[in-house]
Amino acid sequence: MDNHSNAALLTAPMEETDGSPGVEQIIRKEATMASPMAEKTSDNARLPARIWMKTIGVRYLVRIMALIVAVVLWEFASRNGFHFYINFDNIPAPSVVGTALVAELSGQEFYLHILHSLERVAIAYVLAVVVGVILGVAMGRSRWAEDIILPYIELLRPIPAVAWIPLAILMLPTEQSSIIFITFLGALFPVILNTVHGVEQTSSVLVRAARSLGASRTAILWHVVLPGAMPSIVAGLAIGMGVAWFSLLAGEIISGQYGIGYYTWNSYTLIQYPQIIIGMLTIGGLGTLCTLLVRKGCNPLLKWQAKGGRS
Amino acid sequence: MSEVLMNDNRLAVLDHSRLRAKAGKPGTDRGRISVRDVDIVFDTPTGSHIAVQNANLTVRPGEFVCLLGPSGCGKSTLMNSIAGFVPPTRGDVTVDGEAVTEPGPDRGMVFQQHSLFPWKTVKENVAFGPLMAGVGQNEANSVARTFLSLVGLAAFENAYPNTLSGGMQQRVGIARALANYPSVLLMDEPFGALDAQTRIMMQENLLEIWREFHNTVVFVTHDIDEAVFLSDRIVVMSASPGRIIADIKVDLPRPREQSLLTSPDFMALKRQCLDLIRKETLNAFQQQNKVG
Ligand SMILES: Nc1ncnc2c1ncn2[C@@H]1O[C@H](COP(=O)(O)OP(=O)(O)O)[C@@H](O)[C@H]1O
Ligand SMILES: [Mg+2]
Repeated sequence: MDNHSNAALLTAPMEETDGSPGVEQIIRKEATMASPMAEKTSDNARLPARIWMKTIGVRYLVRIMALIVAVVLWEFASRNGFHFYINFDNIPAPSVVGTALVAELSGQEFYLHILHSLERVAIAYVLAVVVGVILGVAMGRSRWAEDIILPYIELLRPIPAVAWIPLAILMLPTEQSSIIFITFLGALFPVILNTVHGVEQTSSVLVRAARSLGASRTAILWHVVLPGAMPSIVAGLAIGMGVAWFSLLAGEIISGQYGIGYYTWNSYTLIQYPQIIIGMLTIGGLGTLCTLLVRKGCNPLLKWQAKGGRS
Repeated sequence: MSEVLMNDNRLAVLDHSRLRAKAGKPGTDRGRISVRDVDIVFDTPTGSHIAVQNANLTVRPGEFVCLLGPSGCGKSTLMNSIAGFVPPTRGDVTVDGEAVTEPGPDRGMVFQQHSLFPWKTVKENVAFGPLMAGVGQNEANSVARTFLSLVGLAAFENAYPNTLSGGMQQRVGIARALANYPSVLLMDEPFGALDAQTRIMMQENLLEIWREFHNTVVFVTHDIDEAVFLSDRIVVMSASPGRIIADIKVDLPRPREQSLLTSPDFMALKRQCLDLIRKETLNAFQQQNKVG
């Protein structure tokens, strides 16, 4: 065998905040030929703390510092009424927003807003994933399906969520269903398009291999097409989650009572500046959090991409 | 590597009797390939392209045949018609008397590279064929282990393919193709992407396995050394259009080892092939020049 024959690529599972593989570090380990059993992933699973601090630790420090700098500048600009083209006169300082947030967090109302939004996103997202993956696979596998469905996607996709509000109200029975519909649409397109993309990249060699091993069409779909498309589908799921949240904000314009989007719009109507910012940041935070959860949740489906084996 | 392989008497594992009984006895009565008057023509945007012209070939059960020829001469196309991926435009292809219409587990395929399912572990890859044949998960796993031991990779059953070297991946590919006990093994430049050192090891390894199995092997290569070293018979093809121009019997004794590569008999056969290919390649060039 050549030198590489027993070199295993082991990936240390490290903190991975944004899901970007760039942070990961790949360690090459040479194992001796005589003892292939020595190749275990566990003994290399963790980096020494010293190296971690030097690489990953420093990068997190920089990221946190970047945020702190922005907050400090904002505080400064608000307090001094900075006004040079951009006007900070009416923008509450972070400290003011913070105080308002503490007040909100100690009440009940705020949590109800969040709960309602979470419920809507959950329903809309699950629907979007199911419909999106099914349509995407159909389009990726069948030219007919693609030719029939693609025109709708091309036409509807550029329409922003807000523009759907009148139709959603006219077409759907309840306010809740209208909001869910708008959120659903937002999440749907990225899921479909990424699924199509993934399915269309199916390796023809792998399909041939499967066929020569006696796989049926269904088996090929399950064992070759779907797993092969999975990285792309997962990317679509993550993007879809982000889009779902900002579509929700638009949809909740028409909400009569609850929802973090409603909260934000309502604060705008009532000229409650700190609350507007709280609403915005909450949506941003929840969107990021949910996207992260989707990525983490899908990780087991993609573990073959980098890991050295099953432990 | 071969040391490890010799020592662990892994060939004994082959008496996986039940499956073997199911498959009959490969090499004795199964695995006869017959290619008769086959043309394979591709429709391309620039017109039709004759990839294989008037191919005639009979492979006996248990024979190891190499298809040798320059790149693009239609070796893969001819093999794919035996595999059932490419229907002949004219003529017919039969395996054991039955016309080939689609791929099937009786004809195992080994590809050049990147043909393992990356999302399946090594064991899951090898167990895939038996599973598709309707064998239960436990038995499929045990068959997979058997064949992984056969190629010396039992210790890697839980590894994912992307953690293995190219040579190891090809061994898994061979194990996977064999796990269905195919009567015919079709190999399309399976060692073409490996470095020279690994390639020789793999060739020896393959012959060892084949000696036990003795199923029919059709092995595509453009490497003359490889063809002479491995085969009972070399079928030489020439390019544009792809035709079979020679059928050379390789009478070298078996078992064959690396030392054979420098023996006079080997050299003589190699020279014979080289001369033939050289002559035919020159012919092809001249024809192309006339056209161009
Ligand atoms: N699906 C196809 N469509 C059109 N042309 C093809 C197709 N497959 C192979 N060919 C052409 O047929 C010829 C023979 O190809 P191939 O059998 O792959 O050659 P080899 O395996 O000997 O290198 C080449 O010129 C190639 O471009
Ligand atoms: Mg080829």
